[in-house]
Amino acid sequence: MLGLDRKDFTLVLIIALVALLAPFLLNFWPTESGMAQFNAGYPALMQRFAIYGIFAIGFNILFGLTGYLSFGHAAFLGVGSYSAVWMFKLLSMNVLPGIFLAIIVSGLFALVIGYVSLRRSGIYFSILTLAFAQMSFNLAYSVLTPLTNGETGLQTTLNDPRILGASRTAEGGIPVPSLFGLEMNATSIWKIGGWEFQFNVGYYFAAALMVLTFYLSIRLFRSPFGLMLRAIKTNQTRMSYTGLSSRPYTLAAFVISGMYAGLAGALLACMDPLAGAERMQWTASGEVVIMSILGGAGTLLGPILGAGVIKYLENIFSKINEGVLHGWFDFLPEVVKEPLVWLFARFTGEGWSLTLGLIFMIVVIFLPGGLMEGARRIGDLFRKRGKPSDDDKEHHPKPAAHVAE
Amino acid sequence: MGILEVKNVSKRFGGLKALSDVNLSIAENTVHALIGPNGAGKSTLLNVLVGKLIPDTGSVTFEGQSVLGRKPHEINQMGISRVFQTPEIFGELTVMENVLIPCFAKRDGAFRMHALESTGREKEMVEKAEAMLIDVKMIDKRGMHAASMSRGDKRRLEMAMCLVQEPKLLLLDEPTAGMARADTNNTIDLLKEIKSKRPITMAIIEHDMHVVFSLAERITVLAQGTPLVEDIPENIKGHPKVMEAYLGTTHGEAAE
Ligand SMILES: Nc1ncnc2c1ncn2[C@@H]1O[C@H](COP(=O)(O)OP(=O)(O)O)[C@@H](O)[C@H]1O
Ligand SMILES: [Mg+2]
Repeated sequence: MLGLDRKDFTLVLIIALVALLAPFLLNFWPTESGMAQFNAGYPALMQRFAIYGIFAIGFNILFGLTGYLSFGHAAFLGVGSYSAVWMFKLLSMNVLPGIFLAIIVSGLFALVIGYVSLRRSGIYFSILTLAFAQMSFNLAYSVLTPLTNGETGLQTTLNDPRILGASRTAEGGIPVPSLFGLEMNATSIWKIGGWEFQFNVGYYFAAALMVLTFYLSIRLFRSPFGLMLRAIKTNQTRMSYTGLSSRPYTLAAFVISGMYAGLAGALLACMDPLAGAERMQWTASGEVVIMSILGGAGTLLGPILGAGVIKYLENIFSKINEGVLHGWFDFLPEVVKEPLVWLFARFTGEGWSLTLGLIFMIVVIFLPGGLMEGARRIGDLFRKRGKPSDDDKEHHPKPAAHVAE
Repeated sequence: MGILEVKNVSKRFGGLKALSDVNLSIAENTVHALIGPNGAGKSTLLNVLVGKLIPDTGSVTFEGQSVLGRKPHEINQMGISRVFQTPEIFGELTVMENVLIPCFAKRDGAFRMHALESTGREKEMVEKAEAMLIDVKMIDKRGMHAASMSRGDKRRLEMAMCLVQEPKLLLLDEPTAGMARADTNNTIDLLKEIKSKRPITMAIIEHDMHVVFSLAERITVLAQGTPLVEDIPENIKGHPKVMEAYLGTTHGEAAE
C-alpha cells in the first residue's frame, strides 16, 4: 500500500491515528484538577511535538542512516524560519509560499555547508558543521541585521507590503498566518465532563506534515538509496571498491535532512511569525541530537518519540519553580525542606537543561539504543524465551559506534 | 597485449622498496597467480591496481586505459573487483543486503538517487543476489548479520559481492586464508565454475599451493618487490629460483 509493505503501512497508520487523536490522548486530567498542569493536549505544546518531530525525523535520515553526526542542524531550522517570515512580510500570510521558500533556501544552504563539511568524517565533520552553524548564528545576530533584524528578531509588522495579501486586517491588526483562510491559531474547544479538548488548526496542519514526512522517511529507509546510506555507516572502504561514490550519497542525505529542518523552521514561524537568531544557536542543534539518540538513532519511530519526550519534559520541568517546590515539600520540617527545595530547584525551572543532560547521560550509558531499544527489551521479556524477535534490523540497531570514528 | 599491463611500477614506503620495477602482463580470460613469501609486495601491487596506492613510477593500464589517478570506485566501474586479505564487508548489514549493494552499484553506477523505490521490490536485483548466494552456498544465511559470521564465511560473502558484479578482472588476495579444507575446496570449485560460465580474468594471491596449482594457468613469483620468474605452473614447480625465494619460509611445498 502506497509503496510500503503491510508492517510499515500499519506503522504510518498508527502514527496518523495518534496524531489525529492527540488532543484526546494527551489530555490526561480534567481541566480543574491539580494534575492539569501535566496535560500535554494543548495547542502550543502539540504543535511543538509535531514540528520537532519533523526536525528529528529529518536529522535521523542523516545521522541515523549514515552515522554522520551534524552538530549544526539548527542553522537550517533558523534559515527556514527567516525565509517563511520574509514570505509573510513580502508576499502573503498564506503559509504555503513561506514553507516552499523555506525548504528551497534551507536545501541550498545545506548543499553549501554539506559540500564543505562532508570532506571530513567523524569528529571533524561534527566540528565543521558546528562551526558553520555558529557562524550563521553570529551573522544573523549582527552582520546580517538588514535580513534578520538582529537581536530583536524578524517579525511581521503593519507596514509590510504583502503584495498578495493585506498589510493590515480590517480591524487594523497584523494578519495571522493561515492556510487559505484557515488561521493557524484558530482553536475550537470541546467540553466533555471536566475535560476541555482543544482542536487547533496549526497543530493539525503541522501534524499532517509530520505524518507525510514520516511516510517519506520510511520510503527512503526501505529504498536502495537508504541501503546505500546504511552501507556508508558500515564500511566506506567497501563502498568505494564496490564502485560507489559515497560523497554524493552523504551530500544528498545532508540536503534532505536540511530541508526537513527548514520545513520545521517554517512551521515554527507559521505558529508564531517571529524568527530570532537564537533558533540557530548550538543548544538548538544539540537538542535535536539528544532527541534522536534518546529515542533511538537509526530507528523509524525513535526520533519522533525522542522529540515528544524531550519537549514534554521541557514543558513540565520549566514550569516547576521554587514556589511549586515549596508547595510540594510543605509537610516536611523547615530544616529538611529548605535544602530539598534548593536541590530540586537546580534541576527544574531554569535548571531544566541540567536534567536534560542527566537524562541524556543515563540513556547513553544504560540504553545506548535509546527508548526504542528499551521498548524492544521489554517486548522481548514478554515474548517466549529463546524465540528471537522478528523485528527488522532498523528497529534495534547496534549502538552508534561511528560517532567519533 | 594483456587485459592488464603493469609497466615499470615502483613503490617506496620510506626507506623500504615494496615494489621495484615490476612488469606484469595478465592475459584476458586466464587465471594468473601471484606467489611469493610474506612481505614480497603482492598486496601492495593489488593496492596499486585498484587505486588505493599511487605508484612512484610506472604505468598501469586496463583494457588499454590507464588506471593511475582514478578513484577506487571509478576503477571498479571499469570492471575490476577485489577481494581483500582481511574481509571488507558491510558488517552491520545482512548477508542479503551485502550482496544487493554491488548489484545496484553495477546497474546504477556510482550514484543514483533512487530514494522512493523499494529495495525489496527490485525483483531483478533480488533474484540476482539470491542466485549468487545459492552459488556460494550461503542462501540459508541471507538474513544473518554479516559481522557475526565466521571468517571463512565473511570471505565467501566478500567473494560473492565481487562476483555478482560480473567483473572483467577479479583480484583475490589470499581468498582461502582462514578457511577449513572443505571450504577451500568449495572455493576452488566455485571459481572454476564461474570461469566456465563466462569470460573472466583472475589474478590470485595465494599461499596454499593446492589452490594455486588447481586454478592458475600462469604463475608469477614475486620476491622483495620484484618478479623473479613468470611461467606456466608445470615449469614453476621445480624452478631453482623459486626454491631459493621460498627457502626458509613455511611455504616450501612450492618447490616440491
Ligand atoms: N601502507 C604501507 N606503509 C608502509 N609499509 C607498507 C605499507 N603496505 C605495505 N608495506 C610494506 O611493504 C612490504 C610489502 O607488503 P605487502 O605488499 O603487504 O606484502 P605481501 O602481501 O606480499 O605479503 C612489507 O614490508 C610491508 O610491511
Ligand atoms: Mg598480502
